[in-house]
Amino acid sequence: MNSLIPLFIILPLATAILIMLFGRLAKVLQKALPSAVLLFLTGLSFYFIISWDSGIYIYEIGGWGPIDNIPISIYFVLDGLSILMLCIINLVGFLSGFYAISYIKRYTGENKFYALFCLMIAGMNGVVLSGDIFNLYVYLEIAAISSYALVAFEVEKEKLEASYKYQVLGCLSSFFILLNIGLLYWYTKSLNIADISRIMEASANKNLIIFIQILFIAGFGLKAALIPFHAWLPDAHSSAPSPISAMLSGVLIKAIGIYLIIRLFFNMFDITYEIALLITVIGTLSMVIGVLLAIGQWDMKRLLAYHSISQMGYVIIGIGIGMLILAKGGNKSWAALSIAGGLFHMTNHAVFKGLLFLNAGAVEYTTGTRNLKELGGLSGSMPVTSSTSLSASMAISGIPPFNGFFSKLIIIIAAAKAQYFLLTFLAISVSIITLASFLKLQKKTFYGKLKNWNLNKIKEAPFTMCFSMIVLAILCIGLSLLIIPGIRENIMIHVVYTLINKSNYLLILSEL
Amino acid sequence: MIGMTLILKKINQLIVGLIFLYGIYIITHGHLTPGGCFAVGAVIAGAFFLLVLAYGSDILKLRKREEGSSVAESTGIFIFLVLAFTALIIVTRIFFTNYLPKGITGELISSGVIPLYNIAVGIEVAAALFNTFLALYL
Repeated sequence: MNSLIPLFIILPLATAILIMLFGRLAKVLQKALPSAVLLFLTGLSFYFIISWDSGIYIYEIGGWGPIDNIPISIYFVLDGLSILMLCIINLVGFLSGFYAISYIKRYTGENKFYALFCLMIAGMNGVVLSGDIFNLYVYLEIAAISSYALVAFEVEKEKLEASYKYQVLGCLSSFFILLNIGLLYWYTKSLNIADISRIMEASANKNLIIFIQILFIAGFGLKAALIPFHAWLPDAHSSAPSPISAMLSGVLIKAIGIYLIIRLFFNMFDITYEIALLITVIGTLSMVIGVLLAIGQWDMKRLLAYHSISQMGYVIIGIGIGMLILAKGGNKSWAALSIAGGLFHMTNHAVFKGLLFLNAGAVEYTTGTRNLKELGGLSGSMPVTSSTSLSASMAISGIPPFNGFFSKLIIIIAAAKAQYFLLTFLAISVSIITLASFLKLQKKTFYGKLKNWNLNKIKEAPFTMCFSMIVLAILCIGLSLLIIPGIRENIMIHVVYTLINKSNYLLILSEL
Repeated sequence: MIGMTLILKKINQLIVGLIFLYGIYIITHGHLTPGGCFAVGAVIAGAFFLLVLAYGSDILKLRKREEGSSVAESTGIFIFLVLAFTALIIVTRIFFTNYLPKGITGELISSGVIPLYNIAVGIEVAAALFNTFLALYL
């Protein structure tokens, strides 16, 4: 298991380079290779999650051990949360890549698309695996910079503007993160997450650490588009080509935003009540304001993008409530339940939001528009798109038996148990508003009167697009199985317990 | 773009070769002296910039996007990755291990794979900078 870890970075990186070198010579290569590689990595990550024995695996690059107990090398650290993220990244990546085979045909420069796509996946895998903050920053930049280019892939006026906005705000957040890394290195003389954590436990300069924590929240909040920092997201996610929108909204904001907040605030810093409260408040704001902004949207992808902000709010309040309970020294099992709810919702969101963006892409592919005022009555001619989109809409608005219902339920139960009744109320109301918004999307797109389209022109999307959508729709129901006690205990709760026991993560220092 | 005056062209002829040689010198001594692959990339790309600026892109028949330099760019990274990957699959089963004999410290041929990595990164950086230059200049 250990020696397979670097493949998650080597293979996508090598694919990107091979496509740039040989893609022009063999068109088949550039289409088939990314999907094949990502399918393999998906299989590998599922193998990891099945064979995982709640241990933490470490990979020393170059075989450099610690010298005088100082971990000087680059380490990959694989624990439950990383495995979960790897599954999400590579699965959604594979399905988006497979979808893109038909979708990207219309554009020129296909080889650049696939190369950037693979680079983005390599970056995200690296972020998830990296065990020290500097390499984490490097991989984060690889993922972010390739996403800037991919947002502008269609090279039109609005797309370039969106990409530019995304770049400016992205650079600002990278600046915060790098500044923080500098401060941490200056203060602790170390870059390894576990080592920093150990040193900060020994000697704490409270004010500096609070400053660093708040800058980290700003930096990662910008990457995750939480509410005061969300300005770039609706533009960027609606301008990108649809498979990329699915990747950005389904995976990227989680891998380089939410995941890092979870990882650093649980495993590097001590959880304090103030920071937990701040995170919960930001989560609540995102959840409520995101959905309110989404109601008035008539552009299909823009609407979905605002819902991403709102759903990320759910994830963050799940995490935030867990942190609040832990900080107050409350019942650990409720904290674990709440965090598990957050992580479960994150997994589910990757699946259903990815699917919704792919649906939007299929609608745009056949009709050439995504303005809800011009669409209507497509369910007859596009049965696959329509039915998969219905299941995803039901999942995001929390209708049983779809996966979104169960994850929201867990978060709501945990909030009620921890006696945050306002949060409980808000979470339920936001879910209802989400339902309203998605009923509008369904009615305006797939049901109602057929507008004056040329009926012969409107066909179902090609095979590769349908395949990805169907697999994700099956997963929308299939992931509900994670709620069944046996499976839940084995996967989600396990992941959470390895995450919240900070001493567990610090053990990796002794294993080096 | 047309080129510059005869004086500049002549001076260019004199110094570009030296700059290029200096780049090669640093790249081969990257593991011994300060400065390594990235600095070399900048120096070698600088030699090319001078040529293009002095002679103009018309005589050199340059286009906004040169096949050669972008292929060189990809090849640089590819060599790097193959060198690192060889360690994983053939030699020590650990990614990025230094698997060649280390030699005597201070000799030109020493420190295992590191000079090879330096050369690969040097090619990559030089080609990438040259590509950027072409995209901005032409």
